[in-house]
Amino acid sequence: MKKEVFKAEIAENKPIADKIYQMVIKAPQITDNYWPGQFINVYLDDKSMLLPRPVSISSVSEDTVTLIYKVVGKGTEEMASKGPGELVRLSTNLGNGFRLEDVFNEIKGTSSVVALVGGGMGIAPLVGLARLLAKEKKVRGLNDEDLKIVAFVGFQDEPVLLETLEDSCNRVYFSTESGAKGFKGNVIQLIKKTGIKVDYYIACGPKPMLKTLAQICKNTSIPLQVSLEERMGCGYGACVGCVSKTKEKETSKFKMKKVCADGPVFFGSEVVWDD
Amino acid sequence: MINLNVNIAGVLLKNPITTASGTFSAKDSGAFYDINELGAAITKGVSNVPWDGNPTPRIAETYGGMLNAIGLQNPGVDNFINNELPFLKQFDTKIIVNVVGKTINEYCEVVEKLNDTFIDMIEVNISCPNIKEGGISFGANSAMASEITKEIRRISRKPIIMKLTPNVTDITEIAKAVEAAGADGISLINTLLGMKIDVHQKKPVLWNVMGGLSGPAIKPVAVRMVYQVRRAVSIPIIGLGGVMTGEDAVEFLMAGADAVSIGTAALVDPTAPVRIKKELIEFMNQNGYENLQQIREAML
Repeated sequence: MKKEVFKAEIAENKPIADKIYQMVIKAPQITDNYWPGQFINVYLDDKSMLLPRPVSISSVSEDTVTLIYKVVGKGTEEMASKGPGELVRLSTNLGNGFRLEDVFNEIKGTSSVVALVGGGMGIAPLVGLARLLAKEKKVRGLNDEDLKIVAFVGFQDEPVLLETLEDSCNRVYFSTESGAKGFKGNVIQLIKKTGIKVDYYIACGPKPMLKTLAQICKNTSIPLQVSLEERMGCGYGACVGCVSKTKEKETSKFKMKKVCADGPVFFGSEVVWDD
Repeated sequence: MINLNVNIAGVLLKNPITTASGTFSAKDSGAFYDINELGAAITKGVSNVPWDGNPTPRIAETYGGMLNAIGLQNPGVDNFINNELPFLKQFDTKIIVNVVGKTINEYCEVVEKLNDTFIDMIEVNISCPNIKEGGISFGANSAMASEITKEIRRISRKPIIMKLTPNVTDITEIAKAVEAAGADGISLINTLLGMKIDVHQKKPVLWNVMGGLSGPAIKPVAVRMVYQVRRAVSIPIIGLGGVMTGEDAVEFLMAGADAVSIGTAALVDPTAPVRIKKELIEFMNQNGYENLQQIREAML
């Protein structure tokens, strides 16, 4: 598919928690082809910072795209400094999103539970995913008895986007590491504590969290999709800077796959977690 | 009427814009621009067998530049010939394949297999700072550079361009050595060996500890080396190192390059090769240049 880099107008850019921002951008080029789990590159004005900042698409509306990002350095500081009406340079959609077909193939649609698991900023792409899942559930004529969509999300101190997620989930469970709000602990502890039987997991967050979840899923034969994060160069597949070791299902051969262009979504079972 | 044609070792490029090895993927780059616009596509380094490359992190941003320590991950020459080359055949541009190895035999094995393909030229990477054996060790020493050039020249039925490393005391010595050994052209510069430390984590940012510095930060070094090498050898030079704009390309041509490669710029702006070509034409129009020869002779 044809890709491009273009300037788009910011409609809104505001903090929603300590160092966490929500940027809404008018960009029909992105919304037209959006699939949950994809990301975009944000190109900075300060030319001393060459590389784009890859940011996952949290959700889209008719012609706007919403990014949720944390200010962690000079690049994201520049992003946070922009106001409504200002322009930001973006790429069109990058990467492959979550594989919904696989979810519906696996769960068969009878008293099933699909769980979305987010750690920290990993919650961002789950918003768009939850919306699409809820929509698909309706399209397929499934009710809440047939399929429940639940979310487990973990934060350091301060939860974000809980209400937004609740709009499309049957139930949202959350935890904070500090215990400031909700259950005290990480998201894996939260899952264990609630004790809900889950038929399919979809997760985005720090690698240790994904690794632990992948181990649990392996032991219990529950399918899992993960969205991986890796330090990227180009973000579109040219530089081979971001890779993850994977195992081919059919041949059991190892392959170094590009997180940006082959992912960022992978099956938990194909990722080699120990390397 | 502007003429952008340039002859590199008997191969006529329709313009001097090429892609620097390791920053171009036909399918992924081709999603952003028309590959037919390129003078030549230089592909990512290919070895005799598949290489996994280094563990991550492989990339670090620095002020006005970036470090990479990919470690030449590639699918191997057989996969390359069977799965990647056919896709490249459709384009009206020259194809230059970058070749890597750990021993002279490994390089030769790849070159032999490429002899029977449609590609136009071979670029021999004797300058990668990110692999332990081979690579840079061939490019950092005149005798070694000469030996590998001779061997590859002997078996290659394609023109060979030796890609040199800037991590040497005297670049002209190496350039003269590869010219005397039969090289048909020279590319320079590959990346400068660099390092970045995360002072909060108290450890190197790259898994490989060190990596290759590229981008605008290294452009003055690259221009200087092209200038020196132009005065030391008579074979064609492909200049690279931080070309971000059309004027940067002009700078390399004035220093003595016959063509340029666009590398890091394509990571910063995926459409950089076609933008830079357009800017080069604009510069030529505005300054009354009709061909590249006039730019190359402008400073003489």
